[in-house]
Amino acid sequence: MRYEEFKEGIRDGIPICLGYISVSVAFGMTAVLSGIPVWAAVLISLTNVTSAGQFAGINLLVAQGTYLELALTTLIINIRYFLMSLSVSQKVEENMGMGKRLATAFGITDEIFAVSMQRKKRLSAPYMAGLILTPVLGWTGGTLIGATATSLMPPILSASLGIALYGMFIAIIIPPARIHRSVLYAVLLAVAASCCFYYLPGLKKLSGGWSIIIITVAVSALMAWKFPVSPEDEEDE
Amino acid sequence: MEQIRIGYLLGGIAVMAAVTYIIRMLPMAIFRKKIDNVFIQSFLYYVPYTVLGAMTFPAIFYSTQSVPPAAAGCAAAVVLAYRGKGLLIVAVGAAAAVFAVQLLMNIIIV
Repeated sequence: MRYEEFKEGIRDGIPICLGYISVSVAFGMTAVLSGIPVWAAVLISLTNVTSAGQFAGINLLVAQGTYLELALTTLIINIRYFLMSLSVSQKVEENMGMGKRLATAFGITDEIFAVSMQRKKRLSAPYMAGLILTPVLGWTGGTLIGATATSLMPPILSASLGIALYGMFIAIIIPPARIHRSVLYAVLLAVAASCCFYYLPGLKKLSGGWSIIIITVAVSALMAWKFPVSPEDEEDE
Repeated sequence: MEQIRIGYLLGGIAVMAAVTYIIRMLPMAIFRKKIDNVFIQSFLYYVPYTVLGAMTFPAIFYSTQSVPPAAAGCAAAVVLAYRGKGLLIVAVGAAAAVFAVQLLMNIIIV
């Protein structure tokens, strides 16, 4: 039974792993080309497991930034994981022990979060272990490949794979948005707000990390106020 | 290229890893009980959709070499997802659409 859960986790982690390989190959290449040694690029991927945060991190490391700058930048870019982790904390099995909670926390990335939220059941430790293991291997392995081989894929292929993770996000958002009008409104509002932050001159100055947090908090709060969800609805879907 | 000191590099990696882990760990360690408040529950129910929506748009249009192939990939993803296809099919379908349009553009331009 528990082993089944682990296998399901591994299986659900495979699409994430595939998406991660192309991005982490790019990360490995960028890191080495900007002067980071191969071992350090791999170590960063293994210990951080985050895309935007790592790219920003190597920029700062190469520029010999202070540790304070490094800490603040990492905090701003990655603070969204706080909200994701909060959602996960409500969905894991209630009797999950502290050690397993602390281990699960390590693997909460955008994609692993997204897939775990899609699961109909409560999240068990073996399921999360499987769901985290495959992507982390892909992420670290891809970094190693990218860092050692400077150009493994023809550019046209790696450029095409860049969209894969966004495709996955769309696959997660759209089916529930078709069924629940409130989810559709939440998505449309978030997208509209995100475009405003991206294109409007004044708001553009804000870093991507902050705008995502502001949008997530504001739109989710507005929706929770206007369209509250009863616990039963949530379990049904 | 100037060599980065190993000590500095290791320290920097430790700072990045620690900050990232603490952000992920705190909610899991603190909120061990189910939150009963309807507002908070509803808020957390909407978080995945708002965060993924905001992260995907408009960034998806700049995720490849130029906007037209990305727009084609996005359209492919939306259609496939609307038809209820799984994550992998939607992701690969989007990448295939990007690849096809990029190839077409290369042929036309060359």
